[in-house]
Amino acid sequence: MAEFFQFLVSGLTVGAVYALVALGFTLIYNASDVVNFAQGEFVMLGGMVTVFAHAAGVPLPLAALLAIAVAVVVGIGLYWLAIAPARGASAVSLIIITIGASIFLRGVAQVVFDKQFHKLPSFSGDTPVQMMGAAVQPQSFWVIGGAAVVVLLLYVFLERTLVGKAVLATSANKLAAKLVGINTATIMALAFGGSAAIGGIAGVLITPITLTSYDVGTLLALKGFAAAMLGGMGNPLGALAGGLLLGLLEAFGAGYVSSTYKDAFAFIVILAVLFVAPQGLFGRRAVERV
Amino acid sequence: MSRQSQFKNLFMAAAVALPASIMSFTGTASAQQTVKIGSVLSVTGPASFLGEPEDKTLRMYVDKINAAGGVAGKKIELVIYDDGGDANKARTFATRLVEDDKVVAMVGGSTTGTTMAMIPVFEEAQVPFISLAGAIEVVEPVRKFVFKTPHTDKMACEKIFENLKQRSFTKIAMISGTDGFGASMRAQCVKVAPTYGVQIVAEETYGPRDSDMTAQLTKIKAAPGIQAVVNPGFGQGPAIVTRNYAQLGMSSTPLYQSHGVASKSFIELAGPAAEGVRLPAAALLVGDKLPDNDPQKKVVVDYKSTFEATAKQPVSTFGGHAYDGLFIMVEAMKRANSTDAKKVRDEIEKTKGFVGTGGIVTMSPTDHLGLDLSAFRMLEVKGGDWTLLPPGT
Repeated sequence: MAEFFQFLVSGLTVGAVYALVALGFTLIYNASDVVNFAQGEFVMLGGMVTVFAHAAGVPLPLAALLAIAVAVVVGIGLYWLAIAPARGASAVSLIIITIGASIFLRGVAQVVFDKQFHKLPSFSGDTPVQMMGAAVQPQSFWVIGGAAVVVLLLYVFLERTLVGKAVLATSANKLAAKLVGINTATIMALAFGGSAAIGGIAGVLITPITLTSYDVGTLLALKGFAAAMLGGMGNPLGALAGGLLLGLLEAFGAGYVSSTYKDAFAFIVILAVLFVAPQGLFGRRAVERV
Repeated sequence: MSRQSQFKNLFMAAAVALPASIMSFTGTASAQQTVKIGSVLSVTGPASFLGEPEDKTLRMYVDKINAAGGVAGKKIELVIYDDGGDANKARTFATRLVEDDKVVAMVGGSTTGTTMAMIPVFEEAQVPFISLAGAIEVVEPVRKFVFKTPHTDKMACEKIFENLKQRSFTKIAMISGTDGFGASMRAQCVKVAPTYGVQIVAEETYGPRDSDMTAQLTKIKAAPGIQAVVNPGFGQGPAIVTRNYAQLGMSSTPLYQSHGVASKSFIELAGPAAEGVRLPAAALLVGDKLPDNDPQKKVVVDYKSTFEATAKQPVSTFGGHAYDGLFIMVEAMKRANSTDAKKVRDEIEKTKGFVGTGGIVTMSPTDHLGLDLSAFRMLEVKGGDWTLLPPGT
């Protein structure tokens, strides 16, 4: 039973990270129909900027805020410099643009920072907490709690604020949103900034556990994308569920089946889900009411 | 000050002040006065942690050798290409070195993949090639013109198992990275384990980019009777394994890492969890802790201080491999008093008692590596630093 809880906790921790990346995918996809493959680079920026600012003597909370700010600036810059000028391009072209942006950001990070791995101190120490026979790093609570807070804030923002409703309106129908006076370009820039912030927060929270380097974003983007697909692209609740599910699949797969096929196991289940329910677990069916 | 020493000082100053322009400086010299040594390194890309210090080391020491008068009466002209870790590019550059640049010798090849891709080119052109790659395939079977400087993963396994045997541990678990290094070392460990009476009772793997290994370690923890755990792997993976190991309270079972983590950044990344971890590593890592009568002490301390002063980054064993390769080559040229490729090759093969950063090298027609297990030191992490384990503990 202790083993079961150990797998559960490690699955939830990793899953919360995937969920945050998937959430970033979702927000941008909703507002602009772009699948942003530079999402992992926001996570990298969150971690790397915090590490270097902290090393330069900035207190940790301030360094974290600075990192999130840098990610937001890069996210908005990505929209204005790369996505907005390509207005009207096909979905595939836009995806290629974001892949290019991801390679570019990785290259810049390699030059601005360095090629080494870095770590951050854990926020509340390294003494593991014993829970039902499982040893849990205190940082895991930060990651899981952080993910929960981000999801909650995003929900409140989208459902309870005027700007949030404007985002939803833009995602539902861009032309109609424009006609009722919503500045859709600003809304889309906001979505890029918002998802960059989510990525940045993820980077700050996970670096004490996972370590960071200029190229950590690649794998995270892949796993986050898989999580978003599993949950249903464009659905924030789906992103959360998809991320947690993917993390749990990996942990239980490695624990009870074989660590050799850990990644394969997760992806086979995702493929199976997509065969049965092509919209993902929580995806909207492509029926539009008129 | 005499006129001559004034001139000498001026020359030294120029050599120090213009390290970046050394290529063009030697490039203008006529072909008779220079000897061209080629190099293909993975300076950028995923293996840049190997190629970058190698590149810096070669440039640094070629400048020094030239400032001291060169080799066999000629200045060295270094031609370095960056393959970005790509074996196809490496092969293209190797062909370019042979056909266009007409190098007489080659020191380089950061990874096993790039080295294996380049071997046929240099074998065919009969140009001596000292590789900086780890795997034993490079020199086994022996190829006439191919040599290498780094210790092999097989030696690392043997060193670890030797230590296990001394402590009478016979039942172990392995958790290996699935990257090239981890997979290759795992295979070597499985092969040599019976020789040391070691039984591998549990085996797990992790991806090179995985951020959590608690699931695998929990399985190992549940396996009965395990006396030690061995982790072949490099990069950040072993650091996370070490952290999770402590998190799960497994520290009472000794953990062995490989030479793949032999750099200060491992201790930094793993933090207090690294306490008590043992690993085989080259003397370079503990240069200042070696006893004064150790034959390698002077070489490794000199290299460390030179590298750190010039490159402004901590020394790693990888740059040391390039140092060894360059000087084995240069000394062979000196002994041959010639830069003829075939004569140089013969002299490299006769290298005897060369004291490098990686160990004391004695090559032979059947051994193009020339290192034995004494090249590895057994280290333990204590108080956030490496400590040299006395033999037999």
